[in-house]
Amino acid sequence: MVDPGLALLVFAVVAAVLSLLFWPKWGLVARFARLARMTERVRIEDALKHLYGGEYAEKPCSIDSVAGALEISRARSANLVAHLEALQLIRSNGVGLPLTDTGRSYALRLLRTHRLWERYLADRTNVSPADWHDEAEKAEHTMKPEETEALAARMGQPLYDPHGDPIPTAAGDMPPREGVALTALKPGQNGAIVHLEDEPREVFQQIVDIGLAPLMRLRLEESTPEVVRFTADGRECELEPVAATNVTVVPLPRAELGAGPFDHLGDLTPGESGTVVQISPLCQGLQRRRLLDLGFVPGTSVDAELRGASGDPIGYRVRGALIALRREQAEWIYVQRGNRQVAH
Amino acid sequence: MITSSATGCHACPADRSDRLVQLGVKPDQSDFLVALAGNPNTGKSTVFNALTGLRQHTGNWPGKTVARAEGGFHHAGGSYRVIDLPGTYSLQAGSADEEVARDFVLFGQPDVTVIVVDATRLERNLNLAIQILEITDRVVVCLNLIDEARRHGIGIDAEVLSKELGVPVVPTVARRRRGVTDLLEAIHAVATGEIKSTPFRIEDYPEDVEAAIDALLPRITAVYPGLPNARWVALRLLNGDERVGEAVRSGEIGDLGDAHPAVSGPGLVEHSSEGIAASEILDRATQLRWNLSPGFHDSLTESIYAAAQRIVDRCRIRGIRRAKFDVDRVLDRLLTSRWTGFPLMLLILAVVFWLTITGANYPSRLLAALLLDTVHPALKDLAPGIGIPWWLDGLLIDGVYRATAWVVSVMLPPMAIFFPLFTLLEDFGYLPRVAFNLDSLFRKAGAHGKQALTMCMGFGCNAAGVVSARVIDSPRERLIAIITNNFSLCNGRWPTQILVATIFVGALAPAHFAGLISAAAVVSVAVLGVAAMLFASWLLSRTVLRGEATTFSLELPPYRPPRILQTLYTSVIDRTLIVLWRAIVFAAPAGAVIWLVSNINLGGSSVAEHLISWLDPLGLLLGLNGVILLAYVVAIPANEIVIPTVLMLTVLTLNLGGVGGGAGVMFELESADTGELLRAGGWTLLTAINLMLFSLLHNPCSTTLYTILRETRSVKWTAVSAALPLAMGLVVCFLVAQFWRLAA
Repeated sequence: MVDPGLALLVFAVVAAVLSLLFWPKWGLVARFARLARMTERVRIEDALKHLYGGEYAEKPCSIDSVAGALEISRARSANLVAHLEALQLIRSNGVGLPLTDTGRSYALRLLRTHRLWERYLADRTNVSPADWHDEAEKAEHTMKPEETEALAARMGQPLYDPHGDPIPTAAGDMPPREGVALTALKPGQNGAIVHLEDEPREVFQQIVDIGLAPLMRLRLEESTPEVVRFTADGRECELEPVAATNVTVVPLPRAELGAGPFDHLGDLTPGESGTVVQISPLCQGLQRRRLLDLGFVPGTSVDAELRGASGDPIGYRVRGALIALRREQAEWIYVQRGNRQVAH
Repeated sequence: MITSSATGCHACPADRSDRLVQLGVKPDQSDFLVALAGNPNTGKSTVFNALTGLRQHTGNWPGKTVARAEGGFHHAGGSYRVIDLPGTYSLQAGSADEEVARDFVLFGQPDVTVIVVDATRLERNLNLAIQILEITDRVVVCLNLIDEARRHGIGIDAEVLSKELGVPVVPTVARRRRGVTDLLEAIHAVATGEIKSTPFRIEDYPEDVEAAIDALLPRITAVYPGLPNARWVALRLLNGDERVGEAVRSGEIGDLGDAHPAVSGPGLVEHSSEGIAASEILDRATQLRWNLSPGFHDSLTESIYAAAQRIVDRCRIRGIRRAKFDVDRVLDRLLTSRWTGFPLMLLILAVVFWLTITGANYPSRLLAALLLDTVHPALKDLAPGIGIPWWLDGLLIDGVYRATAWVVSVMLPPMAIFFPLFTLLEDFGYLPRVAFNLDSLFRKAGAHGKQALTMCMGFGCNAAGVVSARVIDSPRERLIAIITNNFSLCNGRWPTQILVATIFVGALAPAHFAGLISAAAVVSVAVLGVAAMLFASWLLSRTVLRGEATTFSLELPPYRPPRILQTLYTSVIDRTLIVLWRAIVFAAPAGAVIWLVSNINLGGSSVAEHLISWLDPLGLLLGLNGVILLAYVVAIPANEIVIPTVLMLTVLTLNLGGVGGGAGVMFELESADTGELLRAGGWTLLTAINLMLFSLLHNPCSTTLYTILRETRSVKWTAVSAALPLAMGLVVCFLVAQFWRLAA
């Protein structure tokens, strides 16, 4: 008989080694895979994307900005730029690092894969918004053009990514950017979010945390060097100015803004009713379509009817049917609180 | 209504049969093809049964029909084939079920599509009906559940609805077969073209959508002049629908029209010229899409609902009084309230289990006495007389027959009681309330409340539990329910638990407490199983299933009086017998293997003995022994035969004469004798406890694995389902054994 203490020790060691190897994200296998992905090709592609981003936003790029974006030293960045030039992907002219046509279409293909993948993650998976960008960064370097096109076909050729950015077409067309930074609005002015910059991750996380999404309507209340205050879909929000500049909006005439602020369906207690104003733009893809198909379209009156034995979910009477929604789903549905109407 | 002699798709039978093959339907000789579509829980399956006379399993559950059912009937001299499509809320949200339904309605070219709508929830049902009417005009609307609607104070004027929708509308109560004859008549009339419909189509989509349709429509009609649903095709192209786009590109869409003057003569040349023009349509659609607002899809659904609301307003009969006593509300108050919800749930489940266990006892013994103690010896006596050699007699009668008989006698009675009881609760509408009550618990584990039901079903049989996961329509949560169902301690494992607990755990307590203690031990193992299921669900939802899509929704249907006789019939037929048959198919070869390993000798001792001595070190390390491990390997097909196999193998290794029926013959003893035998085989309390744990935590039986493979169609998830509980079992047994020995 094996000594039990020894057996436990061996077990502990084996368990420790296995988790060291295979633990998601921190394990050696995951680290090694990350390193292996960081090939020269990936650097070239990342640099191209950076340069294209500069061109699109009409901000000039330099060896320094490439070094910053890719988190590499200046010397390596200079080497990389030289390499790009040798490959005829850019043609430097002293002012910036302009892309050649080949370089631009290469960059657009990467961007197409990146944004399509983000759209896919948003619509068809459960991956959290903060992880979309990183996942797409991986996919853009590994997916073959055929795979990208197959995905686009399966997804119904989407036009926009979940951040509100247009997805370049297979032919490399993309409409020019619209909108201004949130901070450019005047207090009291209304806007609709068209784009949320997802880099750097930490700043994007702030934006995700307060629950912003493209298509949301907002009104700027106050903008100081310390804080930007605004209402987004009827809720009061605050951002640091650095994060607020990463929110792009198109100014809206006043009439377009629905009469907020709204309640969430989740705020209704059983016995109360409300009328659906809209489904939050945070809810996308299959989940959004399901809610719409169940009848949660604007103008529909909904009664909170039944609280489950554990308090969540709550059963809502909508168009004659009793539908149970979890709290997080009910939070997505904006309602105007109303008196109980006679059903039917 | 215009009467004409339209021949419909009989003009193109060859094309259609090709497409049907692609859709997974075998073409046959029926005159007409009928598709049955509708929202979940509208009584679609009941209508299907009423039409075809088949007893398809129905339940008061949204989302029952996942696998497609087929049936047929004859009416007025014509033969009809009915395909029951998956119940969906829509055809455009893109879930797998919706694609199946949509493709069938479009490419399967049914002669009639019967849309079953629930009169109580007409607006929402019209959302789907209007979408189908945009695709095809050969539609009959079956306005079902009108009795239930009336009880809720809702009356619908079928004639007005028929005028609004432009297709025949037949009011029915399919559960009582009311209106079924009218439905048959209407189907016949539409199929033969006696009734020509003018389907309702939405013509007031938002401005930007209408503008885009107007820009695209002329191109489509230029290439495909006969297309009956050109506006819908335009909309789908604007939606980026790949399947429709492909059909436009290839010209397939043109073949679907009732009449297609553009396509005449030999197809090849036509198609190539069409191909050029068709690609222009697609290019134009792609350009137009950029002009649509990003909330385009939302606005389509809003338009459909606005139309549905208008239609319902016009056809509603006012002034019907609701039944004074709202049964649903009262029941819901009781069954889902904070104070009475859980106690009532536990009470109902306890009654179901009590009825199953006590009720199964006697028939099980009777079956065992008949199959094992009477038929088996009779067969053994008979065999030598008709010249069967001893080895064939052993292989077939001791091996195959005895294993199969064992499984039948242990498995059949509890299942024949458990499943009908469960089906009654399902038919009544109680089960969705259980899901509703328990959802918050399962949500925390990343799972769906309906998993509570698959779990309960798993207590009966894991294979049935896996099948029942079909009611979960969210792909991720469904996979979790399938993979973790094995943690429900199934029928086949209860006897093992009870036996071992009685012999080893109960013996620790004073005699008058022994029964209570051993029962507590078994219940603890079952509760541990529930905990393990939640843990495994949590683990899966955070690791391998982290990214899978989720679409939670849970509809709470009204309560309906259960139909007892029909429930008994269908649940015995399609749950009990199917599962039993599958178990027999797997148990028979296992019996043969068990007999063979015990009777084939290599170098003086049997293969079984070699395997046992080889497995013994591992078994002892895990606090088990080689006999148990071998029994679990050869008894993969059915947990029921683990204990008999263990006893037989123990006798074999101990070389005891006079106990049991000889090598390869499974047997059982009185529990005291069993205890003596097992202790002689080296069993301790630790062995017993670990056996109970391992019986809970090990790979599913092969019947269940096969069912998982069929349901998921994925070898990967089947492998995960096998490996996860096995790994958990090995680790748990190992740890318990080591700590036990350290403490001892």
